[in-house]
Amino acid sequence: MHRRGVGAGAIAKKKLAEAKYKERGTVLAEDQIAQMSKQLETFKTHLEEFASKHKQEIRKNSQFRVQFQEMCATIGVDPLASGKGFWSEMLGVGDFYYELGVQIIEVCLALKHRNGGLITLDELHHRVLKGRGKFAQDVSQDDLVRAIKKLKAMGNGFGMIPVGGSYLVQSVPAELNMDHTVVLQLAEKKGYVTVNEIRDSLKWERERASHVLDHLLKEGLAWLDSQAAGEPQYWLPALFSELLSRDVTPEEANQMTP
Amino acid sequence: MDRFVWANGLLEMNETLVIQVTICPLFPGHVLFLDLKKSPKIAKIVIHLHPAPENKEPGPYQHSKYSFIKLSFKEHGQIEFYRRLTEEMTQKRWENTPVLQPIPTGIGPKAGRTRAVGIVGIERKLEEKRKETDKNISEAFEDLSKLMEKAKEMVEVSKSIANKIKDKQGDITEDETIRFKSYLLSMGIANPVTRETHGSGTQYHIQLAKQLGDMLQAPLEERGGMMALTEVYCLVNRARGMELLSPEDLVNACKMFESLKLPLRLRVFDSGVMVVQLQSHSEEEMIASALDNVSDKGSLTAEEFAKLLGLSVLLAKERLLLAEKMGHLCRDDSVEGLRFYPNLF
Repeated sequence: MHRRGVGAGAIAKKKLAEAKYKERGTVLAEDQIAQMSKQLETFKTHLEEFASKHKQEIRKNSQFRVQFQEMCATIGVDPLASGKGFWSEMLGVGDFYYELGVQIIEVCLALKHRNGGLITLDELHHRVLKGRGKFAQDVSQDDLVRAIKKLKAMGNGFGMIPVGGSYLVQSVPAELNMDHTVVLQLAEKKGYVTVNEIRDSLKWERERASHVLDHLLKEGLAWLDSQAAGEPQYWLPALFSELLSRDVTPEEANQMTP
Repeated sequence: MDRFVWANGLLEMNETLVIQVTICPLFPGHVLFLDLKKSPKIAKIVIHLHPAPENKEPGPYQHSKYSFIKLSFKEHGQIEFYRRLTEEMTQKRWENTPVLQPIPTGIGPKAGRTRAVGIVGIERKLEEKRKETDKNISEAFEDLSKLMEKAKEMVEVSKSIANKIKDKQGDITEDETIRFKSYLLSMGIANPVTRETHGSGTQYHIQLAKQLGDMLQAPLEERGGMMALTEVYCLVNRARGMELLSPEDLVNACKMFESLKLPLRLRVFDSGVMVVQLQSHSEEEMIASALDNVSDKGSLTAEEFAKLLGLSVLLAKERLLLAEKMGHLCRDDSVEGLRFYPNLF
């Protein structure tokens, strides 16, 4: 049986094949880049056509925007990566989200002294809409979430914490771990929380609860009401407006009906 | 709709029909809140109202001793009505509608058209509009799908090229690398090949970096030589007005400052805060100034230091932390705040 692939001859042959493959590889890569250039031009035309027909849809319809974003994500394309990208230039999606980013930063900055850099998505939404004025394009919470995700690229601790069915938006680099997050979620219902409530609900020891609450105080995210009846209450300003504007529930309304 | 008003069935210029339900006579007033009652036989919705404003239009009753109305739904519809009503109350669409000027009649293309009067006519118009909108939307979605298919092909090609480059199958020239990168940028495809620290290195970002170098000199000087990247983002984009920069554009441009020998630097603090700083404001200077100020006052918090220097609290804190890291300051961390003292150890 003739053994193949062994011996000096075989090695030399292999080297030759590799060299040829490399050469072909060079040509292929170069070729492909040239080819891509052509394909890009073609794609640009398609996109222009799409834009001329449907640019308004993207502007007006937040559902359409969601669909568009999800499809892009599925195929591995980020339409918001650069203002110089086709998507941004031709569909105008870029400016919409980048401007929203500016508005989000400004709202968060303006309220930071009060809530320590933590704000509910609802309040953020409300204030951004207010700032944009009556005639501006509508903005959905999904739009805000996407704009915030983009802001993360600039450091500065933009993040979102799931709380009570929605989110708290964090705009400062305060370190918030799982313990802090869980306490925030607990405080969501009433806007405040006490050490004993934490111990009862989460079964933590006093030390752990105090430690977490102290951290929130230090970061300016919580205020202490030491004169509350019973034990001291730790209030979260981020949750204040949420409470004030919340609709009366049917049960509460029942109590008011004559 | 933020109010219950006795009105005729016609829609005003700036009103849209949400849902129509035949209802019984009402009293005017602002809607306060809703309550869905389920009595055993007939479903009712109770709408509690604010008192009516002084200038209300006259209605079927001038006064009422009740501050609520009850809507009885004898033959279903209550759930849908309740849902739509709460939706409208939450969305507050009336706050978004622009106030239109009264359009003079008989002028323009509408002159010849008979104005459909009455609920039926309006409903018909709305139905047509809805159908047209639906058609537009479904066409848009169809076109979108086709477009995405083509975009997907582009992604595949770029992946294949990237793989070849990674496996060093073929030496592409620097020119071609730059071209490839700009293609990726146009399509919004992440560059899978290079992990270079000097940003994406495209021509666009190089130009941008130079523009920023010019534009940020004065603002940086005014702010003690340092600005948070988010601040820069807002400043630059507000100035541009159009063709805004993405956050990533800004970061990628700033990463090029050093290699382009511009007098600015992008810097990331331990906390993750990213800043642009003037190269002339050296680290030693900042630390020395922090130490001076703290020694002068005995101790300082970030807020106090910020006020002293005219910096943002965020950046003031970073400087104090930096001085602490270098061993010049030490901290007193209490619930009253974080205070820095000169390190005498």
